[in-house]
Amino acid sequence: MSRVRDALTAKRFFVTGATGFLGTALVERILRCVPESEVVLLIRPGRRTSPMQRATKEILKNDCFDRLREEFGDRFDAEMTARITAVGGDVATDGLGLDDDGLEALSRCDIVIHSAASVSFDSPLDSAVEVNLLGPSRVAQAYVAARDLAESDGRVGPRHFIPVSTAYVASTHQGEAKEELLSANPFTLDVDWRHEVTAARRQRGDTEAESRRPERLQAFHKEARNELGGAGLHLLAERAERLREDWVKKQMVEIGQARAISLGWPDAYPYTKALGERALVEQFGTTVPITVVRPSIIESALAEPRPGWIRGFRMAEPIIISYARGLLKEFPGVPEGVTDVIPVDLVVAAIIAVAGDALASASEFEAGDSSAEYAGPSVVHVASGVRNPFRYGKLVELVTEWFKEHPVYDQDGQPIVVPEWSFPGRGRVQRQLTRASKAMGMAERVVGSLPIRGRQAEWMAALEERHLLADRALGYVELYGAYTETEARYRVDRLLALSDRMDDEDRMLFCIDPAAIDWPTYVREIHLPSIIEHARVRTTPGKAIRTDRAERARKNILSPDRHLAAFDLENTLIASNVVDAYAWLATRHLPPAERSAFIADLVAEGPQLLSLDRRDRGDFLRTFYQRYDGAPAARLRDDGWDLFHHLLLAKSFPAGIARVREHRALGHRTILITGALDFVVEPFRPLFDEIVCARMDERPDGTFTGRLIDLPPIGEARALVLADYADAEGLRLDESMAYADSASDLPLLEAVGFPVAVNPEAKLAAIARRRGWHVETWHKAKGGAQPPLPLGPFDRPGSARRGRTAPAALAGQARRLRATLTAGPTPREIR
Amino acid sequence: MSARPGFVLEVDRSTPPTLFWRGERFTLEKLPEGSRVIYAPEPHEPLDDPLAAIRHALANPLGDSEPLSALLFPGMKLTIAFDDISLPLPPMERPDIRQMVIEQVLDLAAEAGVDDVELVVALALHRRMTEPELRHAIGDRVYDAFAPNGLLTQHDAEDRDNLLHLGQTDEGEDVEINKRAATSDLLVYVNINLVAMDGGHKSVATGLSSYKSLRHHHNPETMRKSKSFMDQHRSELHSANWRMGRLIRDAGIKVFQIETTLNTDTFPDAFSYLQKREWEWKAKDRIGFLGAKAALDRMPARYARRLFHSVKAPHRMTSVQAGEVEAVHKVTTENVWAQQGVVVEGQTDILTLGLPYISPYNVNSILNPILVACLGLGYFFNLYRNKPLVREGGVLIMTHPTPWEFNPVHHPSYIDFFEQVLSETTDPSEVASRFEEGFATDPWYIHLYRTGHAYHGVHPFYMWYWCAHALQHLGAVIIVGGDPKSVHRLGFRSATTLADALEMARDVVGSSPTLTHLHAPPILMADVQ
Repeated sequence: MSRVRDALTAKRFFVTGATGFLGTALVERILRCVPESEVVLLIRPGRRTSPMQRATKEILKNDCFDRLREEFGDRFDAEMTARITAVGGDVATDGLGLDDDGLEALSRCDIVIHSAASVSFDSPLDSAVEVNLLGPSRVAQAYVAARDLAESDGRVGPRHFIPVSTAYVASTHQGEAKEELLSANPFTLDVDWRHEVTAARRQRGDTEAESRRPERLQAFHKEARNELGGAGLHLLAERAERLREDWVKKQMVEIGQARAISLGWPDAYPYTKALGERALVEQFGTTVPITVVRPSIIESALAEPRPGWIRGFRMAEPIIISYARGLLKEFPGVPEGVTDVIPVDLVVAAIIAVAGDALASASEFEAGDSSAEYAGPSVVHVASGVRNPFRYGKLVELVTEWFKEHPVYDQDGQPIVVPEWSFPGRGRVQRQLTRASKAMGMAERVVGSLPIRGRQAEWMAALEERHLLADRALGYVELYGAYTETEARYRVDRLLALSDRMDDEDRMLFCIDPAAIDWPTYVREIHLPSIIEHARVRTTPGKAIRTDRAERARKNILSPDRHLAAFDLENTLIASNVVDAYAWLATRHLPPAERSAFIADLVAEGPQLLSLDRRDRGDFLRTFYQRYDGAPAARLRDDGWDLFHHLLLAKSFPAGIARVREHRALGHRTILITGALDFVVEPFRPLFDEIVCARMDERPDGTFTGRLIDLPPIGEARALVLADYADAEGLRLDESMAYADSASDLPLLEAVGFPVAVNPEAKLAAIARRRGWHVETWHKAKGGAQPPLPLGPFDRPGSARRGRTAPAALAGQARRLRATLTAGPTPREIR
Repeated sequence: MSARPGFVLEVDRSTPPTLFWRGERFTLEKLPEGSRVIYAPEPHEPLDDPLAAIRHALANPLGDSEPLSALLFPGMKLTIAFDDISLPLPPMERPDIRQMVIEQVLDLAAEAGVDDVELVVALALHRRMTEPELRHAIGDRVYDAFAPNGLLTQHDAEDRDNLLHLGQTDEGEDVEINKRAATSDLLVYVNINLVAMDGGHKSVATGLSSYKSLRHHHNPETMRKSKSFMDQHRSELHSANWRMGRLIRDAGIKVFQIETTLNTDTFPDAFSYLQKREWEWKAKDRIGFLGAKAALDRMPARYARRLFHSVKAPHRMTSVQAGEVEAVHKVTTENVWAQQGVVVEGQTDILTLGLPYISPYNVNSILNPILVACLGLGYFFNLYRNKPLVREGGVLIMTHPTPWEFNPVHHPSYIDFFEQVLSETTDPSEVASRFEEGFATDPWYIHLYRTGHAYHGVHPFYMWYWCAHALQHLGAVIIVGGDPKSVHRLGFRSATTLADALEMARDVVGSSPTLTHLHAPPILMADVQ
């Protein structure tokens, strides 16, 4: 005889939030421990997947079901198909979005468990309101509709509703919190939940409007440009829009947090949950039998389905991992304070026990036991703080000791030493982290503005990643600090009474007593090993073997199946640029006396040129190429060869040139897409099937006009050029490679299936790292001549090659055009 | 006063340490007692009046040839070919011999009223020379008279339109040379015969030929049969060139050969200790050495390299002979031997070499690892007649930093050869059969060879074949002070000090080996008895 199990045997459960941490464990436990039970799951249909497919993929494939899979063996699939029904719907929609079949399925359920929630402590206010505040009432409404449908058919319909809430709805005030409805709690403000809903929705509209103000939009655009450089309009727009959406979300999170704090909750999660309870009880307290289950902080399983089982990264995990990695030196909290953590299997058992108890009591009442009468909505806490308190100081001690024994290793294979904890206040930790984050942000901006590339730039990407982690750590402290500092104690009298009403067999099956937890064992042997495994941090010493990945990527790129390899020129194949080439060509025929003046001019212009280049590559090229105005075309074409053999080849990356040739040898087409001028790139022709470059207009007298014939192939134009070429030649871009060095080449890199960042500058290094793109570091040949300045060789007097016509044409041009550049229109006006 | 001949020193307790070149640097090394050091003969007295000597040679040709003036006539087509940047080493102080000879030839041609004159640099598959290099070799006057009008060209072994296939030798070797030279009424070839293998039929048959022709004798098989290629009687390389030269002669191409020899005066005064015997160093030499060593050791290698490449050698002409190729070359070879030959008694177990910064293929450039191998195993190892200096199965120890560095302008195919070929195999025959064709016909290398200053794509293969004889003969090769990665790639062993290297060598040749050090430069030829 087993009161709970017998009451539930062959019963049918309606469960929302089954794809979540708690939901998955709940479904598994019902199917495994309640004989002949069936479940109906409310699942949001995916874009391309049916609810049942989602259930299979996201619930049954989870390792939570490993035990059940083993127990059922071959019968598993058949058993699951027979016992699980997935219906499409969404708790954020009125009526749950149930169709007739869905409602019918609900009407045939006995117990309705609502565990869907927006559990993230930093969700935007409006979505938290939709899910957490309105969700329970929507489920209750569907409950009523389903019961009516069942009764019209002469059936009973659902008999009990169990919404899952959180212990923190009772606020984080000091002292003990009883298991009572919020209306009875003197510490919570009685605010009208309807007003809160309206206000949250209005806030979303206002924030959206605010984000679209011209100043804001400009700021987003500017930020996108800072991040990507001159990557082209489309990519910048895409990025700016993302930034705007992120900004709106962040605003909504902040608004939610501010509102929650103003009403006495640590953040929007308990605030919306609390109002959700109020709304539910106010609307359905008299018509629907309700027991609210309020767990505290749910963590990995104590025993069921196996010790340490956890799904997703939750609240404590990222904090603990950050600490193990040495990122988070301290976390605020009082050592004697109680950390209220509860293993997920205890919560699951409590929900099932509540359900079983409700059905058993109903039967007992029907059988004449008046003490078993339903007495209106009630609350059950599932928390450890009173029954089996776990001090924060003890937790810290256990965690620190454990990581001293089982250190996490850094990238170089060195163990990371965890810092000693000094239990600082939240303010101090926050200030420390804010300072660190700011310093790193500053370092990033400084380093980001330096013209670095290759390995240094990758180091920069690592800095950025660390900054991100530090910011996240700061986020944890801001969000969760309130929870470790909380001094509230959640009483569990009703939970223990429930346990008392269970017999031994029930208690064996569904352990709900927090006294069962031995904290040191739980932390050391169950929880920490489990989350370390999930975090995929390095737990073995020694150098990481990262070459494997690069080798694989290279093999992939050099497969005969590929079609086309597109190359950028400057800093991808040669360590040189248009300014170098110009300086070399301009000094090629310059008498020694004028050389130093020319060099001084050019060096002085350096910063200005650099910043113009950074603002807009196209403007830069157009402006810069004007310097060739009046230069003799034939001679430059001639000098282009000398430039190549004396400067460009010396500054080339032999590995890069070898790569181009390797692609050709594999039968890939090769295409060079560059903003450099045709007479500069002409000597590279034998390497490529196609060269797309800038070309300059020529006057009838054989001099250049300094104006380009068509748009230079830079930014998005490169992607278009490549797409056109591939189209015309019947080649596939997803089977193609692109090699480039800078974020302004993003459109080109994104256009192909196999992008390769070559000696990437800081921005591209960060992007490549985030997206897992292959990175090549190519060097100049060390044994070449490495002149400090890109100057043409100095022709001796009497030289046949010395230009006798206007030897200083280019340099004179330089001086005149520099004046134009300084006094002339700003780039925006040019555009 | 006649110069002292070469000398073989036996090291005893009183012998001062011996100078070892290490690329752009040098060290003094204490050699074990009983070791031998071979010193070059001292520089012979140069010709008093080289211009008069040249005039005399042109007027009094050797062999079956008329004087040059008699071979010149109005309306004729005259081509003057001359040796490229690979000779002499180091480049000589102005005026270069080529300038002196060519100016005289041109004077005669002008006197005879010859209008159609072209100059051709006999590059074979070497890199094209730069304008300053050409000006240095032939002088500004000649350069300015010919270059602007396109009458000074550099032989292009890939210009199909300017190559002429003359036929095949009895051994089936293709003979293909520069068309302009082949269709001239007279081809004058101006040589600088630095070592015994330079000149003779090799001048035209190699210098003005193409890959199609060269591959018949520039291969591992020929090199293994050339013992050494400095010794014409035992050199298959020589025989092949002679077969080709005779075919060229029989095809009716009239060659007027001018050959010149140099003395061993290799370094200017400031570095004179580099060519003196250490125990004869004066205070000035010691100070000079210490000062230079201290400066070079502190200087980044690239600056030291630049410094050395700016050094022009004071060597002077010791003889000039002109006329029929074989007769001229016989006299030249005798003169070269007279200046460079040293009689050495018996072979040695271990041969040590101090490798300098320069080889024929890196003038104004860097001695990359492949050239290090070629300089040691190709050139220095082969500076012998009769028998190699080191016995079969013996050990060659060379000192050189051997950095993993290449000049991308001059040696682009070397970079890929080092990365792609030597990483697979160091066996010359396998290298040849698996990779040569691909590199030789690679359009990118051909492009760089033709339009820039790059050695031909196949050139690093030839450098490796140059080593074939030594690789077959030696028991081990050790490089002291080299970059271990590059040394390993070459297939050699790497040692930190000479003492370590000797210890390693004992594992190969036994515990009490004989050791001989070849004290070069200056260049010498060992006549091993």
